[in-house]
Amino acid sequence: MQATHRLDAIFAALADPTRRAIIARLASGQASVNELAEPFAMSQPAISKHLKVLERAGLISRGREAQRRPRRLEAKRLEEADKWLERYRQLWEGNYQRLDALLDELKAQEKERKPR
Amino acid sequence: MKRDHLTITPSGDRDLVMTRVFNAPRKLVFDAHTKPELVRQWLLGPPGWSMPVCEMDVRVGGKYRWVWKKDTDGSSMGMGGVYREVKTPERLVSTEKFDEAWYPGESLNTLVLVEQGGRTTLTQTMRYESREARAAVIKSGMEKGVAASYDRLEDVLAATSGAGR
Repeated sequence: MQATHRLDAIFAALADPTRRAIIARLASGQASVNELAEPFAMSQPAISKHLKVLERAGLISRGREAQRRPRRLEAKRLEEADKWLERYRQLWEGNYQRLDALLDELKAQEKERKPR
Repeated sequence: MKRDHLTITPSGDRDLVMTRVFNAPRKLVFDAHTKPELVRQWLLGPPGWSMPVCEMDVRVGGKYRWVWKKDTDGSSMGMGGVYREVKTPERLVSTEKFDEAWYPGESLNTLVLVEQGGRTTLTQTMRYESREARAAVIKSGMEKGVAASYDRLEDVLAATSGAGR
């Protein structure tokens, strides 16, 4: 159950577009709260709230530099969530590839039925 | 590459959203989701599973019942639910519950099809009863019988992903 709780916290954190954008930004290097707030036209407190959610999920952490306290990505946690989603995705992609083939067949049948 | 067409994203507190583009008009994609003789041809899961039971009464309040069977050892897995909205060929809303559910409650599944230039974008939203249930579903992708033989599945995907449409 522990793993499910952890996964739930990660998904909840990733379910918000702003937080996904923050993750994307941190993927290219650590950044201060100010730097993170800049592209979003959001107040610093609003950004801090998002950062707290990400931090609780273990997706980001704070650096040691006293002034800036830059946030950085905890890539391992992100990979964990990604791994689960990838498995699920592969299962569905298998189904959808069969559906692709079926749809091709149905299209061919329709063409035969209604020659133009 | 074909494999990249499918996206799965957690959304809000309880939703999982899947999107995928199909190279066919949406009438056909809708048919493939609502006609049992078509559904059982593709909705199978990992290799080695078939779908001996596929009963669907596609109208508001109508029920559906699906059972998959693993051909090698005969183990089976069933699920079913009720259609809540049927709007041909663009929208289908149904409930879903597994016989031996490993997560609490049922999910509400909404299928939306949008056609553009002969191609159809499918969006399937699965709303679970709780955040916890959503996480359990995703986690099961690795642990439950549905995904019993991922290594083989990966082989198949690797083999087919290079092939043209």
